[in-house]
Amino acid sequence: MFRSERVRSILYQALLLAGVIGLGWYLVSNTLHNLETRQIQVGFAFLSREAGFEIAEKHIAYEASDSYLRAFLVGLANTLVVAALGIFFATIIGTLIGIARLSSNWLLAKLASAYVEVMRNVPLLLQLFVWYGIFTELLPPVKESIEVGGWLFVSQRGFRFAWPAEHVAWSAAGWAFLAGIVLAWLWRGHARRTQIATGRQLPVGWPSLALVLGLPIAAWAVLGAPTQFDVPELSGFDFQGGRVISPEFTALLLGLSTYTAAFIAEVVRAGILAVDKGQGEAAMALGLTPGQRLRLITLPQALRVIIPPMTSQYLNLAKNSSLAVAIGYPDLVAVANTTMNQTGQAIEAIAILMAVYLSISLSISLFMNWYNDRVRLVER
Amino acid sequence: MTKTAWFKRLAIAAAIAVPAMAPLSASAGPTLDAIKSKGMLRCGVNTGLLGFSAPDSQGKWTGIDADFCKAVAAVILGDPNKVQFVPTNAQNRFTALQSGEVDMLSRNTTWTSSRDATLGSVFAGTLFYDGQGFMVKKSANIKRAAQLNGATVCVQPGTTTELNLSDYFRSKKMTFKPVVIAELNQIEQAFFAGRCDVYTTDISGLAATRLKAPNKDDYVVLPDAISKEPLGPMIRRGDWEFFTIVRWTLFGLIEAEEYGITAANADKLKAESKEPQIQRLVGTSGDVGKGLGLDNDWLVRALKSVGNYGEMYVRNIGPLGIERGQNALWKDDGLMYAPPIR
Repeated sequence: MFRSERVRSILYQALLLAGVIGLGWYLVSNTLHNLETRQIQVGFAFLSREAGFEIAEKHIAYEASDSYLRAFLVGLANTLVVAALGIFFATIIGTLIGIARLSSNWLLAKLASAYVEVMRNVPLLLQLFVWYGIFTELLPPVKESIEVGGWLFVSQRGFRFAWPAEHVAWSAAGWAFLAGIVLAWLWRGHARRTQIATGRQLPVGWPSLALVLGLPIAAWAVLGAPTQFDVPELSGFDFQGGRVISPEFTALLLGLSTYTAAFIAEVVRAGILAVDKGQGEAAMALGLTPGQRLRLITLPQALRVIIPPMTSQYLNLAKNSSLAVAIGYPDLVAVANTTMNQTGQAIEAIAILMAVYLSISLSISLFMNWYNDRVRLVER
Repeated sequence: MTKTAWFKRLAIAAAIAVPAMAPLSASAGPTLDAIKSKGMLRCGVNTGLLGFSAPDSQGKWTGIDADFCKAVAAVILGDPNKVQFVPTNAQNRFTALQSGEVDMLSRNTTWTSSRDATLGSVFAGTLFYDGQGFMVKKSANIKRAAQLNGATVCVQPGTTTELNLSDYFRSKKMTFKPVVIAELNQIEQAFFAGRCDVYTTDISGLAATRLKAPNKDDYVVLPDAISKEPLGPMIRRGDWEFFTIVRWTLFGLIEAEEYGITAANADKLKAESKEPQIQRLVGTSGDVGKGLGLDNDWLVRALKSVGNYGEMYVRNIGPLGIERGQNALWKDDGLMYAPPIR
């Protein structure tokens, strides 16, 4: 029986699997045993205890008397916000730079190349320190803020700007804006289906604009058209009122987007180069303008090549956001580090971190794979 | 798969697995035996806090925390230089002790009940009585901590400082905005640049940071202390022989100051003194050292390498300009009180 190639290979694989499981079991039980003999607390009970520390930036309500679990959620929200905005800006900057690198304008192409080479060859951590240094060392102290039109104040404390005073019309306008985007997207689908079915071209541009801008303006006007703004005012140590974007957040967002943009630019450039030259020439022969050629012929085909490597860049950006801890942005890692130190439960905190980053990364992957399937070449 | 390929895999698996297990089992034995067999005391210290532990221009570790490591090495190994200093930051210090990377933590760490109870470690005593304070720019014209409502505060994460800070502002019904950065140099840089109105840490730490300022006279430390911060050496739980030695080395250094035994006169007093308490300390009468599992010369070795507690204080903390205050001996109205050594 052991002469059979198949039986042996199954046997070996079973042995290997048993070995891996055994090793994992040994490591876990040994760790638990060591923790117990040293009387170190284990378990996740600490999550419901009072955290006791403040967090500077929060998108969900939190104060020092809330639990560690809530502190973790605040950190997670901070991570997600910076990662999402980072992906958004990196994609825009990266695509523009990537196209610029292929431009027939010599200066533009060389500048784009220089950008890519500088940004991707300097470690991100250093870039973050530079950005943070620019905001904290070069900007004026809060008492001597640079004032822009009476509604924006720039200082070491960040960018503080006027914001509409609390009113139901503003939040309604916000929701109407989101609804407008959804409706515009549905209209676009409808227009396309109509064109495929009947050949009739429905207008897309102006109805979309009307939905996205018109709906919120209408909502705002109907609910009283408030014009009162909450303008920042210097009192005591800092400005009061308005909204603020901190230097930590700005430095991190700028650092992440400009750094990742360099890699995205290369991905985009490669994608465009992968589209057959004949396609562009055919488009030119049909009389499309250079803009139309890029938008209608080259980019849609390039997208198929671009998306898989783009996914890795997005994943990198999301994971790199954990460097926030070096410049004091309270992301998930920063909160976990503090928690670890206050409670001494390093293993649990690290486990939470790993689980969360794994979930974020897998979600990005799943979404990108879904999108990739959609734009993939459909063979008929 | 062939047989040799399988053995190869097994060998690789073993090569990966064995080192992974080694550190876990190595630290299980008593720390004292490990120190003796290695001939080296591994001491976790601050990455660079003037007066407590910081490398000097020749790369030698100085400061009262570093000196205490040397004293323990002198007591156990007979040589104050047999210390391997392991710089740790506020965040990785407990993990370094728990994992056995260091034998002892002598790193301006505050003694609290939860650290004694849940971290798998115990404090051996108090080497320095500190309190949390605030430092501000002199030009801000702030005199008391109660004026800090709405301030932006620079603070290191994972410290008791961070908790005291929010406790203090909560109890006074005041608000603040934290800027939290782990590395000491980075947070000091942010404070000097003006990112924060206030820097908060232990008062001794503030004094050390102030010396690093571009112009130290631009900054003042406010007179209010908002917490008790007893700083002391920390040991893993369960190593009771080692714990006892560390604790009594600390008491011995304090007791030696009380009886006037110094680095300079220790040998002379050992040869000549007829005072019974001094004789017990220098080991010419009684068996104090043997009781600790050492020889009777133990304290003399420590004293000759770093001096008594008062000498350690004057040499290390003196340059920071911090008065003895709470750290004076009990008979000088301070808190330094050693149980009798006999």
